[in-house]
Amino acid sequence: MSAFRDQDPRIHGIQTKIRVVPDFPREGIMFQDITTLLLDPKAFKDTIDLFVERYKGKNISVVAGIEARGFIFGPPIALAIGAKFVPLRKPKKLPGEVIKEEYVLEYGSDCLEMHVGAVSAGERALVVDDLIATGGTLRAAMNLLERAGAEVVECACVIELPDLKGRERLNGKPLYVLVESH
Amino acid sequence: MAAQDEKDPRIARISSSIRIIPDFPKKGILFQDITTLLLDTKAFKDTIDLFVDRYKGKNISVVAGIEARGFIFGPPIALAIGAKFVPLRKPKKLPGEVISEEYSLEYGKDVIEMHVGAVQAGERALVIDDLIATGGTLCAAISLLERVGVHVVECACVIELPELKGRERLEDKPLFVLISG
Repeated sequence: MSAFRDQDPRIHGIQTKIRVVPDFPREGIMFQDITTLLLDPKAFKDTIDLFVERYKGKNISVVAGIEARGFIFGPPIALAIGAKFVPLRKPKKLPGEVIKEEYVLEYGSDCLEMHVGAVSAGERALVVDDLIATGGTLRAAMNLLERAGAEVVECACVIELPDLKGRERLNGKPLYVLVESH
Repeated sequence: MAAQDEKDPRIARISSSIRIIPDFPKKGILFQDITTLLLDTKAFKDTIDLFVDRYKGKNISVVAGIEARGFIFGPPIALAIGAKFVPLRKPKKLPGEVISEEYSLEYGKDVIEMHVGAVQAGERALVIDDLIATGGTLCAAISLLERVGVHVVECACVIELPELKGRERLEDKPLFVLISG
């Protein structure tokens, strides 16, 4: 579901702060740049508050954030709801023992890693990223958590690109976004 | 200065929550892993609170965080003190117009980038990262901000490795750390 459908007055302010950069990282792609949102303290705070209001008191003990922009939104949410923050990283960044999940890109494949022991079986988790496009990365993130026995309660992103149908790739898991971009 | 010098009671728990991983990323290096700190909700909250206590009400309008672990500590501090958060990134990650600063590594060079227009001349800024080792990356970050007229008030890290003399490399720029490893 999208918060904008609920007409929360903060959503408009958030949406207008997101900058669209054409032809990045390559021609034809309209890149949704959230860095301009981070430059507006009120809009950034509202973004976090909207997620915190949704997830506080829901017995969520894990917020997993996808490198790197998930590291910006995940920790403030985790701190506010009293959950631990678990970074999900590109290969070879996390020291010590990890579990890996490979996933398919448009061209080739990539891999996401999580620390062994970061989550325990039965924990309730969120997955946070700035944006969902095809859903491939989020799906890999969910798989990592579920392989460790955690329950993924919901995926949460600032932006959804609905035309790329990422929502359908989440194995029936709920997705919550603040803003849609067509 | 290091907060542990003042023996704030929160420091002991923060320090013990950090995991040391030997021989990562290469043999001989004792890696200071802060991910275990992030798993301890009280220790993580205390870490942020210690920085916020120091910087709130000091008219700081910019918190710049160094990719990627600076992205974990910077935004909560920025939100709590009412500052904007500016990500400083590896090359080709930031879309749109950027300014770049090259810096030396033990072997070779690297580059850090910031968006044009993210900060204005005269703004007061902090630079945040999880750890200071040789200080090369932090110096590059300071240079980026100063080149556009920003006043870097202080650098703030969770951990310092004093034997690598990063503090001296920062010269006159103050450095605040929670733990001296």
